[in-house]
Amino acid sequence: MTENEQPQREGGDYAPSVAERLAFYQRAGGIVTPVLTALIAFLIGGLVVLASGSNPFSTYRAIFNGTGLNWLFPWVTGADRSLAALNLQQTLLLTTPLILCGLAVAFAFRCGMFNIGGEGQYIIGSIMSVWVASAFVGMNGPLHIVLAILVAMLSGAVWAGIAGFLKATVGAHEVISTIMLNWIAYWLGSWAFGLGGPLQSHALGASVPVSHDIQANTHLHVFWGDPLLQGLHIGFFVALSALVVYWVTLNRTPLGFSVRAVGFNPEAARYGGVGVARNYFYAMAISGAFAGVAGAMDVLGWEFHINVNDIQISQVGFIAIAVALLGRNTAVGVFFASILFAALFNGTSTRHLDPSIFRPDLAGNLTVIIQGFVVLFVGADVLVLWLWNQRKKLRLARGGAPAEAAS
Amino acid sequence: MAEPAAPVLELRGITKRFPGIVANDRVDLDLLPGEVHALLGENGAGKSTLMNVLYGLYHPDEGEIFVRGERIRLGSPKEAIEAGIGMVHQHFMLIPVMSVAENVVLASEPTHGRVFLDYAEAAARVEELSHRFGLAVDPRAKVESISVGQQQRVEILKALYRGADILILDEPTAVLTPQEAEELFAVVRSLTEQGKSVIFISHKLHEVLHIADRISVLRRGKLVETRPREGATEEALARAMVGREVLLRVDKKPAQPGEPLLQVEDLVVHDERGLEAVRGVSFEVRAGEIVGIAGVDGNGQSELIDAITGLRRASSGRVLVEGRDITHATAKHALDAGVGHIPQDRQRRGLVLQFSLAENIGLHDFDKPPVSRFGWLRPRVLVDRAGTLLKQFDVRGGGPLTRAGALSGGNQQKVVLAREIERNPKVLIAGQPTRGLDVGAIEFVHRRLVEERDEGRAILLVSLELDEILSLSDRIHVIYEGRLVAEFPPGTDEHELGLAMTGGRTEEEVVA
Repeated sequence: MTENEQPQREGGDYAPSVAERLAFYQRAGGIVTPVLTALIAFLIGGLVVLASGSNPFSTYRAIFNGTGLNWLFPWVTGADRSLAALNLQQTLLLTTPLILCGLAVAFAFRCGMFNIGGEGQYIIGSIMSVWVASAFVGMNGPLHIVLAILVAMLSGAVWAGIAGFLKATVGAHEVISTIMLNWIAYWLGSWAFGLGGPLQSHALGASVPVSHDIQANTHLHVFWGDPLLQGLHIGFFVALSALVVYWVTLNRTPLGFSVRAVGFNPEAARYGGVGVARNYFYAMAISGAFAGVAGAMDVLGWEFHINVNDIQISQVGFIAIAVALLGRNTAVGVFFASILFAALFNGTSTRHLDPSIFRPDLAGNLTVIIQGFVVLFVGADVLVLWLWNQRKKLRLARGGAPAEAAS
Repeated sequence: MAEPAAPVLELRGITKRFPGIVANDRVDLDLLPGEVHALLGENGAGKSTLMNVLYGLYHPDEGEIFVRGERIRLGSPKEAIEAGIGMVHQHFMLIPVMSVAENVVLASEPTHGRVFLDYAEAAARVEELSHRFGLAVDPRAKVESISVGQQQRVEILKALYRGADILILDEPTAVLTPQEAEELFAVVRSLTEQGKSVIFISHKLHEVLHIADRISVLRRGKLVETRPREGATEEALARAMVGREVLLRVDKKPAQPGEPLLQVEDLVVHDERGLEAVRGVSFEVRAGEIVGIAGVDGNGQSELIDAITGLRRASSGRVLVEGRDITHATAKHALDAGVGHIPQDRQRRGLVLQFSLAENIGLHDFDKPPVSRFGWLRPRVLVDRAGTLLKQFDVRGGGPLTRAGALSGGNQQKVVLAREIERNPKVLIAGQPTRGLDVGAIEFVHRRLVEERDEGRAILLVSLELDEILSLSDRIHVIYEGRLVAEFPPGTDEHELGLAMTGGRTEEEVVA
């Protein structure tokens, strides 16, 4: 059949259609799996809600309204609309560091490394930016902001670069070293702002473990909402541009090319003349730079000072791992996954969720449950793809359209 | 053995479709008792599909299977085994930490009271079988400690133990050395003498002519012909397989060697375990000649290639390209000095399978103009260049944006070849350049290597295939335990070479 009808295929073991099908499959897997993964996680989350005696539909609806995403619907008006705007500002406020830390994890992934140290790099970025922005009194505002961001970026890069350097030189595994660096950052911050620490502010008395406030002219401009009610600051755009920087670096620079080559196949990269060890270092440093900026965004955007407690309860760098996994290490994926997780956290926060709909003491845990399932299923994306293919097979078995039509 | 006996196995009109492809198109095949029936075909011709149908792994869309005249349906490998069909896969399915006997009796073990394995009984039965069919292997040895050739015998024993009369051997010699292949042929003969029938799948023509009673050729899912071995020639079989005239013997003029471009002097290289893998090797390759290095796998070939190409540090000695010392150069500097390298393992090293073909072709120079300018990668340049090269090297199955992993082995190798030749290297190191390729692709690679030789490049060919060494090389070195033990002119007798490869002759030839 192939012989007579399509002589141009002669000699090729793989007809073009196979390559095309494979390409489609890859693409489909790229979009379908994460969406399906999230859906399944929500489904199971719904079962948990049901088991706790609440109605999953009204609960999810309440969560959705809590995220502020209903602001996007034109029919939401009046008081509902201004409340939605407030909620959406909070969601996007949380999205900002998630995007940046998500990119930090994703960039390392693309070089074949698992950066668990987003949290530590984020903390170091916060510490350095709060220090820079609270010192240098009388400095020009915009310059001061740029300086604080640059210092945070550089210190994040150095922090992650340590792990990259150790991997490149002595082969220390980055998972171990970044976890250890997380703890070092954690205790460094706890010491610096803690009682008697070198950066502790005594403005509220010597018994409060908190940093100095940053200079008023280093606050990032709030472009949506009330600055006094934690409106959305321009750091959100910094995060959006970081997505572009990420994509361009990976796909349009020789550095990105070598990082991807090393990530996919270090042996082939070495054969191609690429310095594998050097790329491990660069990739980690760039990763850390993203996370460092995340820290600066939060400090300059809405925190304005750091409490020791802030450092100790921060989770951003860890949620970022789920973000990168769900986003499949692509810029677009990280963007949507960040919004998803930020919305989840904001929507389930006890501030928003009506106790009559869902027990407030369980609300926060619902996020963790869904997050857990996402990570679980991303790890098992083979399973999700299998489920997806079963759907195709079912359709075939019913004698309906063949797989080509489905694709 | 073509007496008109009733066939033990008959396939009639087997058709198997996969989405977009007809893998088997009305294939008829029969197998006589005591016969070796070879199934020839290029990669992707449908051999494996047909055998999977026969082993109950696939259900044919159309067609019938008869075993000893009786029509049967094979729903699973278990039913195939019950029908007396045994399969030896290309990749062995053995448990390395268990003994030979345990592996053979696995899933149908003799037991004491249905609970405890009767180990002595198992070993005895395996011993009896191996004795009867000349399959020498120690039943008590652990599988991980025996050679690949012996592991294959364990697979055959497994099939025999389950009562197979019909044995399917899927590319059985792909993993064997020439000597082990000889031993396998002896086993196959002893099997057929005792009434077993064998389906022998291969794409190596000389083997098929050597062992088969009848030969069937598949091409793109269809049975092209079935003929007795008598009167068959390699040329005719290749034509049937590929569908056009194929040049099996490489057509080349005598070499006209010029200046030495690659000089290796007293090179010593250690392997990962710190053992001396290359022990003082010296040779030179001149412009316009192909120097072949023959040897059994694991005699220092990989380490030698890696040291020349900067992928491994040499412990002592020198490597010169055009008189320039590159002994301690990095891979990048070796490339820049004019070394091209077709790696032995194209999937692990030669290509980034997740990368597009365009990116793979840019693997060496992605950071240099014209591909990159001012720290900026220019994908358009990559894609345009790839488009030209893919046409020039007749790469089929995809364009510049196709992922390398989606191509067949032959086309992948053409991509590697295109990249290495495009760089215009002075010295081209070719490590097993046709490993796993089929006849058509082998012809292409061989012709291209000879063309590059005639262009004035110095080509070092390292291969485990004696045929390849003999037909391409202008001079042949034999490597044995890290030393070059002999040098031969082209046209040397294969057996003489084979003897030197196993250390039978130690002519201290070039060790300075």
